[in-house]
Amino acid sequence: MATHIPAGYKWWTGGKSPYNLSYGKLMMWIFLMSDTFTFAALLISYGTIRVSSNYWPDPNYVFNTFPFMGDANLPLAFVSLMTFILIMSSVTMVLAVHEGHKMNRRGVEKWLLWTILGGLMFLGCQAWEWTHLITHVHPVLIDGQIKEIGATISQNHFGAAVPGLMHEGHQVHLPGPVGFGNFFFGITGFHGFHVTTGVLLNVLMYFWVRNGRFDRLGHYEMVEKAGLYWHFVDLVWVFVFLCFYLI
Amino acid sequence: MEQAIHPTAITPEITFPHEPAANTKRIWKTFWILLILTIAELALGLSHYIFHVEGWLLLFLKGGMIIFSVFKAIYIVSIFMHFSDEVKPFRLTILIPLISFIWFILAFLWDGTSYRNLRNRYNGPPAAVEQPAPHKAQKPGALD
Repeated sequence: MATHIPAGYKWWTGGKSPYNLSYGKLMMWIFLMSDTFTFAALLISYGTIRVSSNYWPDPNYVFNTFPFMGDANLPLAFVSLMTFILIMSSVTMVLAVHEGHKMNRRGVEKWLLWTILGGLMFLGCQAWEWTHLITHVHPVLIDGQIKEIGATISQNHFGAAVPGLMHEGHQVHLPGPVGFGNFFFGITGFHGFHVTTGVLLNVLMYFWVRNGRFDRLGHYEMVEKAGLYWHFVDLVWVFVFLCFYLI
Repeated sequence: MEQAIHPTAITPEITFPHEPAANTKRIWKTFWILLILTIAELALGLSHYIFHVEGWLLLFLKGGMIIFSVFKAIYIVSIFMHFSDEVKPFRLTILIPLISFIWFILAFLWDGTSYRNLRNRYNGPPAAVEQPAPHKAQKPGALD
């Protein structure tokens, strides 16, 4: 908090960081800015393709399953759980940073472990969701033939229903827009890659903390940098959740 | 001006260290705000599924979800990433480039809409559902 800095304090007179940040932390912010633009480019191109299409699948119908609940119709329930897990792991990360400010090694270790657990749970949920989308086949009318397909990057079954046409007790649909699979698997996959990297970074932090590396250095700033990355992953999920599951 | 370097100040480049907060009250308060905003978003998302909302009301609901998401983003960045604790020169360096998103989003969504309109005008309206060729497995209306 800048409250104890006098008004009119000159930041740009040299000899100090005008940003009041160390080099490493500033570069983490700059990297996160560039990553913001990468994710934004992906999400905005998804939006462009979506508004240029006459038909787009309704997420309430696409994402309506839950593990071990069979065919029960539970729209958005599972993704809400994933969102909760990621928000919770962001909270445990910020608690780890807080303990780092107090130079409390045991506290940092404890909260980092919870954060790693949250990240792994999120990845497990995503793996289940992808497996379910890819392997669960539904009847689709392709070139006048009924085929049973799952959702992949090349085809999916989320098109409009063909009125009155049933196949073994299931409503037959048209193929959905190919862009849906491209963007969904592409963007959630890229986000999942970020989560994986974040978990690996946190595991590295955990071992460094246990080693006493930061106690020897005299500060836990490296945990703060890993924390910035982890919160960014949560931040991106806010918008992935918005663009794919809610709107 | 001579100042004693605070024990947690990392390098002499840093004029003052980030104030270690006395307790975790602010963190948990932010957690509850984020949770409530997420539940509100879900309520809006499910409401248009349950009540089959269309037209302007649907746009209104989607706008509501976007606003809630922006607030979630602000809370995550300012509290969890301690952005609000940073000094003004740094905050401006990060925030000013983000202004380009206003153009970025508007221009691309406008372009996509215009593409759809042009295609519908010159290629005709969206194709109606084709009637399927006769198929052995097909039993219209039957449950097996």
